[in-house]
Amino acid sequence: MHLDSNTQNTLLDQLSQIVSSEYLLTTTEALTPYECDGLSAYQRLPVAVVLPDNIEQVQKIVQACSNLKVPIVARGAGTGLSGGALPHEGGIILGLSRFNKILSIDTNNLTAVVQPGVRNLAITEAARPYGLYYAPDPSSQIACSIGGNVAENAGGVHCLKYGLTVQNIQQIKIVTINGTLLTLGSETFDTPGYDLLALMTGSEGMLGIIVEIVVKLLPKPHAVKVLMASFDKVEEAGNAVADIIAEGIIPAGLEMMDKPAIHAAEAFAKANYPLDAAAILLCELDGDEDQLEEQVIVVEKTLKKAKANNIVIATSAEEQAKLWAGRKSAFPAVGRLSPDYYCMDGTIPRKQIAHVLQKISEFSDHHGLLVANVFHAGDGNLHPLILYDANKEGELKTAERFGADILELCVEVGGTITGEHGVGHEKIDQMCVQFSPAELTQFFAVKSAFDPDSLLNPGKAIPTLHRCAELGAMHVHNGELPHPEIPRF
Amino acid sequence: MKIKDNDISTSLQQQVKSAINDKKSLCIQGGKSKLFFGNRFDAELLDLSQHTGIISYEPTELCITVRAGTKLSELEALLAENNQILPFEPPHYLFTDKDGTTHNTATIGGAIATGISGPRRAYTGSARDAILGVEIINGDGEIVSFGGQVMKNVAGYDLSRLMVRSQGTLGILLSVSIKLLPKPANDLTLSFDATQDQALAVFQALRVQQLPITASVWYNNTVSLRLSASELILKTSHTRLNTFLNDKFPALSSAKADNKSTSFWQEIRDHTHPFFTLTDKPVWRLSLPPATQSISQIDDAIAQKGDAPEPSQLIEWGGAQRWIHSRTPANIIHNLAQSHGGYASFFYNKGADDETFPALAPELFKIHQQLKRKMDPHGIFNPNKMYQGL
Repeated sequence: MHLDSNTQNTLLDQLSQIVSSEYLLTTTEALTPYECDGLSAYQRLPVAVVLPDNIEQVQKIVQACSNLKVPIVARGAGTGLSGGALPHEGGIILGLSRFNKILSIDTNNLTAVVQPGVRNLAITEAARPYGLYYAPDPSSQIACSIGGNVAENAGGVHCLKYGLTVQNIQQIKIVTINGTLLTLGSETFDTPGYDLLALMTGSEGMLGIIVEIVVKLLPKPHAVKVLMASFDKVEEAGNAVADIIAEGIIPAGLEMMDKPAIHAAEAFAKANYPLDAAAILLCELDGDEDQLEEQVIVVEKTLKKAKANNIVIATSAEEQAKLWAGRKSAFPAVGRLSPDYYCMDGTIPRKQIAHVLQKISEFSDHHGLLVANVFHAGDGNLHPLILYDANKEGELKTAERFGADILELCVEVGGTITGEHGVGHEKIDQMCVQFSPAELTQFFAVKSAFDPDSLLNPGKAIPTLHRCAELGAMHVHNGELPHPEIPRF
Repeated sequence: MKIKDNDISTSLQQQVKSAINDKKSLCIQGGKSKLFFGNRFDAELLDLSQHTGIISYEPTELCITVRAGTKLSELEALLAENNQILPFEPPHYLFTDKDGTTHNTATIGGAIATGISGPRRAYTGSARDAILGVEIINGDGEIVSFGGQVMKNVAGYDLSRLMVRSQGTLGILLSVSIKLLPKPANDLTLSFDATQDQALAVFQALRVQQLPITASVWYNNTVSLRLSASELILKTSHTRLNTFLNDKFPALSSAKADNKSTSFWQEIRDHTHPFFTLTDKPVWRLSLPPATQSISQIDDAIAQKGDAPEPSQLIEWGGAQRWIHSRTPANIIHNLAQSHGGYASFFYNKGADDETFPALAPELFKIHQQLKRKMDPHGIFNPNKMYQGL
């Protein structure tokens, strides 16, 4: 896995001719900040970190690595939660943080041209004077970069109504493994040829290096209303979500928290959450003022019918911010309860919410670890936070097993192992549960069409059949092992 | 709405395996409503029109999973019973048989494979935006699934979206899972007179107004807007639109409600509107950045003697989709669209050798070929339909 010293010397020599020495990091001290991303349980040191600031440099770096067969892991702000930017021991980190400019804002076509290192929130801040904003808002939006958002197809609180990253970008420029600059998508609503823009979105840096993005901007909604409803039973909260949608309303955000999460958030943020509730729902509605008024009435009525025992309607910006403060601080709040927590990211059909929460509670008893649940209920995206202590022998392993049980349950009820965090390094084994060998083989075929030597973020996102076989976690459909002809090692 | 539940995936898979063995390519066909779309090629027919039925549908999940051969008309009738719609309003182009009789046979598989979206697209997203998952027969004759039935899903590469617009060249769609939207309570069509320049300026200004617009057309010096909401909201929106027009475009008269709205939008969606049916000139579709200025000079420059003095442009999607009748040579139209940052496709009345889509940049085409080779290693799925050599 490590580079031989000859290749390493040649590589560093070539890289030093592309970027000045301050942007080529090679000492352990300088490399250490890059040893992990937002999932700090996994760490590795790369051979070097290169920080180019223009496309030509990226092309040259990629060409040099490609010629020497050196793996490249692209990295934005390093806030990813699945270890997607975990370095390769024998490869380089291609850091795109210096690509931090918003190149233009087109107020006629409602788009912005941005470099990949631009922070998600910075786009909205730049668009605000024109009454516009960029819709996807992952919770890390203050720090995460738009390039990383595209690579992971990042989501956020408002996906049900406004979509994920893939629905909110129009064009990207990528550098392919042979150093070619390609434009995918266009500034129009569709583009001739295959939808490579969609394929590249969420491909976790494994098909190309994203160097420029055209994002869509939306007019800022005229008005926003936030409702909070508390329930005595988790099941009733789950049903209320379906009832709201059955009324023909698509809320801008629909979030749910269970009792442990409510308690943690309340202690931390003092949001006035009801401590005796089994679950609360936060429902955000946005749009034109007249339409909103109509929707608030319907939602309130629906919540009451669904046995909500207390409904708070926040109309002022301050009241709304207070209600959201609890939800938005849920992760750090839970972090105070326990030395470490492990955040999961499965998605399930909404009707399975109550069943899945019940099972998670059983897993919690079985593994002897506490769990707090916060999730994007509107789109069924769960974020169970498993509490553990990394300093206690074996607890990380138990937490990982607990997490794996949850993800496998998500697949079992018709969902997926990751809604918005990506597979990365973390969930690679669960891919064996979600996909059959033929499906994994198809992913590798796509990968090889772009990157035949597998140099772009190798080893992430798609497990080899060998790995799945060793794990014994093969995808079994209707009790039949698919492809009995494939050797299982 | 009862939709026939008929799963013929095993027999379809068998046909694909035979084609691989016999080294024969396949022409994948559903309702035959889009036979005109793409290039002509010789291949054995693979008929999906009998592969029909709903695999799963729970309205509160805002998702339906349906077999590819299911007719759009039946699917939409079922959704309507549950007050839901397909967000991208796919066209039902009609299939005309040998006797000249037309049939509404367009299928959901064809809608997804071609990725053609209708009037609502500019406001609630395209076919590719709405796709959540697919089940396909791949190039090795295996049945595989990608994506799923949930809104958020980033496990593995997004091969479901890659299938949209790939015209059947990368695999055979067996079933698709699609995100749905609630059906708005009512529609209201509002119309007013405007020149093309005025219409484009209005569309431009409306982009940041928050009116519940779900379709827009400019044709024959008239702007038509479809608004969709409750009765009450439609009433206030009508007033708001007129206040807006009065403030920003005092030269224009106010917008009036149009009673013929349902059939009008259906004609626009399905290309049964006279603009599409009454011309023998080539019909081009231009996909442009919506704020692109008026491009009327294209017809003036090449008007031929004997051409009927008909309106030669129809604009949709707030300016992003423009239909043009023109005898101008293909390369000039392609260049014109490209010079505005968009592209042109040759839709109707094209010659046997005319290609539907503009050429791709060589490096980009190379990636297409590599991907095609990996996804369809035996080269059997709709060869040359999208591009020669793909």
